Amino acid sequence: MSNEITRRAWITTASGVVAAGLIKTQSDAVRLTAQQAPTAPPVPRVPGIFPSGLGERAPGEQPRREFREALSSASRTPLQDLMGIITPSDLHFERHHGGVPNIVSEDHELLVHGLVDRPLTFRMADLMRYPQVSRIQFLECSGNGGGAYNRDRMPTEITPQTLDGLLSTSEWTGVPVSTILREVGVRRGASWILAEGGDSPLMSRSVPLDKVMDDALLAYGQNGERMRPGQGYPLRLFLPGWEGNTNVKWLRRIEVTDRPTYTKDETSKYTDPLGDGTSRQFSFVMDAKSVITFPSYPYVLPDGGWWEIKGLAWSGRGRITRVEVSTDGGRSWMDARVQGPVLPKCTVRFRHLFEWGGRDTIIVSRATDETGYVQPTVQQLWDARGPGTAYHQNHQRAWKIVSTGEVTFGLGDLV
Amino acid sequence: MRRLATGLALAVISCGPAAGGDGADAEATYAGVSEALPPQAPARFGFGSAADAARVAMWDQDVKPDGEGLPVGRGTVEQGRQVFGTYCMECHGATGTEGPNDRLAGGEPWVENAPQGRTIGNYWQYATTLYDYIHRAMPQLTPGLLTSDQTYAVIAYVLYLNEIVPEDAVMNAETLPAVVMPARDHFVVDDREGGSGPIR
Repeated sequence: MSNEITRRAWITTASGVVAAGLIKTQSDAVRLTAQQAPTAPPVPRVPGIFPSGLGERAPGEQPRREFREALSSASRTPLQDLMGIITPSDLHFERHHGGVPNIVSEDHELLVHGLVDRPLTFRMADLMRYPQVSRIQFLECSGNGGGAYNRDRMPTEITPQTLDGLLSTSEWTGVPVSTILREVGVRRGASWILAEGGDSPLMSRSVPLDKVMDDALLAYGQNGERMRPGQGYPLRLFLPGWEGNTNVKWLRRIEVTDRPTYTKDETSKYTDPLGDGTSRQFSFVMDAKSVITFPSYPYVLPDGGWWEIKGLAWSGRGRITRVEVSTDGGRSWMDARVQGPVLPKCTVRFRHLFEWGGRDTIIVSRATDETGYVQPTVQQLWDARGPGTAYHQNHQRAWKIVSTGEVTFGLGDLV
Repeated sequence: MRRLATGLALAVISCGPAAGGDGADAEATYAGVSEALPPQAPARFGFGSAADAARVAMWDQDVKPDGEGLPVGRGTVEQGRQVFGTYCMECHGATGTEGPNDRLAGGEPWVENAPQGRTIGNYWQYATTLYDYIHRAMPQLTPGLLTSDQTYAVIAYVLYLNEIVPEDAVMNAETLPAVVMPARDHFVVDDREGGSGPIR
């Protein structure tokens, strides 16, 4: 019965069209079809490419690290192009002090000596035979974001990549340093190590032994494969939550000591001038920080309506417990949605849906970590530290959206 | 603000309970999973190869503030002037102030944001760090090139440029650790500790 009704309805409709004189000739019918038919992307009618040994990005998706010139010592992760929390290994930021050495894994050795019972050298095969752990954790250069600190040179046309791209997150795999120190037997009285890289300047840093015993890794894996050369292949020290420079790459030597060595990078380089004329030394931990990666410069919102603010938050002291977003320049705050899993000393992705009314709007984020620390404003850092350091700049960042939809960096009413 | 007078002070602060003894049994967990060695793990795995004193000495080249690690050798200011002209001047300028790379000399005291920036004279804490760094990392494009005599000499010269030692100074394993740098007591312990207290 239903079929009969349907058919009759169709006949009636078709008759109606003809009766109304809408279709007079066959050519009219063809023209009508061409005007009203829906369009859709073409379907390939030939087979595509066959499997290959190594995957590639889509030709239209080519995110790139940013670096200033050929001899630059840093490249920055395109934060605005990324999703979730993992940084693709080939987009992980780099910071070197003598370029990336060309090391053959099979030839590499780690020497562990000093205040130990048994000085030993380890080949990579030795190290990879020890019980292994993997962790997803961030790595950030302590100079990251320093470009947004100087009140006389505050940029506006700057991307998240240029400002904060010395931040990346990977799954790191390796052996706890504590396992190796157990093997060599640390002597009583030991309190520091010296970690030395195998790059041309033998980059070296002193690290307190309690950090090393707590959660330091000898890392050789990154995101499911062997670590990239730019990240320290074949072996790096990985110190979760601590400033990037201490995570010595191309690690070839650990000396267990009873005091710091006071290397160039922990005295004249990575120390933080304070307003009272002194400088903070051994400032290892990266404090809680968040960055809105969308919308951000140079994106232009094409129209008002619903948009989702997205960003990253992290803390070197543990887990992120809260991320708040303001769409009125920091006067009022709302809890952003934090995507799990929330891991210690790891980035989280946060998101906040908001309806942009097309008026000038300043969006800001701030992170809180499990110690109760709230990401400060730049004014708070200026008050505490004075105007002169480029390191450990974790203050709140703001983006200003104007009526044309253009987005620029700023600190809004935070100062 | 507590001044960081000696390395020993910081060492005491940073010596946690896990630091002593044989360093066994890390109790860390990650995401709720213990990272301690499994209970069946042996006291020693026996992996790795013994490193005798000669092997350690090949790589143990760093220098501590008390002079530990400094090799035999000596150099004068005048010898250092020659070394500097050959290996350093191109990047650091004829008197260590012209660049294009880091400015090395400058008698001015450290002032935050001062145009001369960080120099050896106003920001380097220990003279021994000069040996440690120059010998392993300089010249930038051919690091490790300088002999110990050349290294002592060029250190004597840059300390002279900074008006820290006189023109007749001789640097060696005894005199270098005895040099008191103007920035010796410039540094303070990191007092940030997270939490909801004052921002530092």
